[in-house]
Amino acid sequence: MNEDAIAQARAWYWQRISAMVLAVFVVIHLVVMMYAIRGGLSAAEILDRTQGSLLVGVFYGLFVLACAVHVPIGIAKILQEWGGASPRVASRLSQLFAAVIVIMGLAAVWGVSA
Amino acid sequence: MRASRSRSRSLAYSAFVVHRVSGLLLALFLPLHFLVLSQAIRGQAALDQALRLSDLPAVKFAEWGLVVLLTLHLVGGIRLILIEFGPWKGTRSGWITATVFIAGCTGVLFLYNLVI
Repeated sequence: MNEDAIAQARAWYWQRISAMVLAVFVVIHLVVMMYAIRGGLSAAEILDRTQGSLLVGVFYGLFVLACAVHVPIGIAKILQEWGGASPRVASRLSQLFAAVIVIMGLAAVWGVSA
Repeated sequence: MRASRSRSRSLAYSAFVVHRVSGLLLALFLPLHFLVLSQAIRGQAALDQALRLSDLPAVKFAEWGLVVLLTLHLVGGIRLILIEFGPWKGTRSGWITATVFIAGCTGVLFLYNLVI
């Protein structure tokens, strides 16, 4: 098997594994969100529930990391198949997007839970 | 027989496009979502100011759309995983219909929770 095929197989595998993990996170997030939007969103209400909570920090921290695995693989595929990008360019851009998700996502988790 | 196979193939392709487009839109939304929430680092007032954006009707509509897209991507993804890793084969047209139905229900539930 050449390197390209190995990389594709690895991406396929990680996308599925991260999808299985994300399915659990997304269901919980949807339920929490449905509850949170009742009566409108306010910073005081959100932070009252989340600040100082290790559970919220760990849950959403892992959620962000799972997104950082799952999303860039899909982005790379779309860039190649619909955007006409080369595998190298698609890979670089998707890695950049992964970095954006990790940095911005963990900053958001830190902001609401620390 | 041929017409039914062609219909099933076209439904599978539609499901593929919906899964991909919903994934792309959700991916593009993520940095914006994180940007709003990370305002909490600057304090409660800064987060409140960012959240005021969500009072705009257009933003409310976009939020509803994102919830529907997230559900479509979630349930459509579960369908794919079950077909790829489980004993089920083929398009599973009924599962595609169920995906759309569940996403619709989530959209209605979101609206209900928004107004009560």
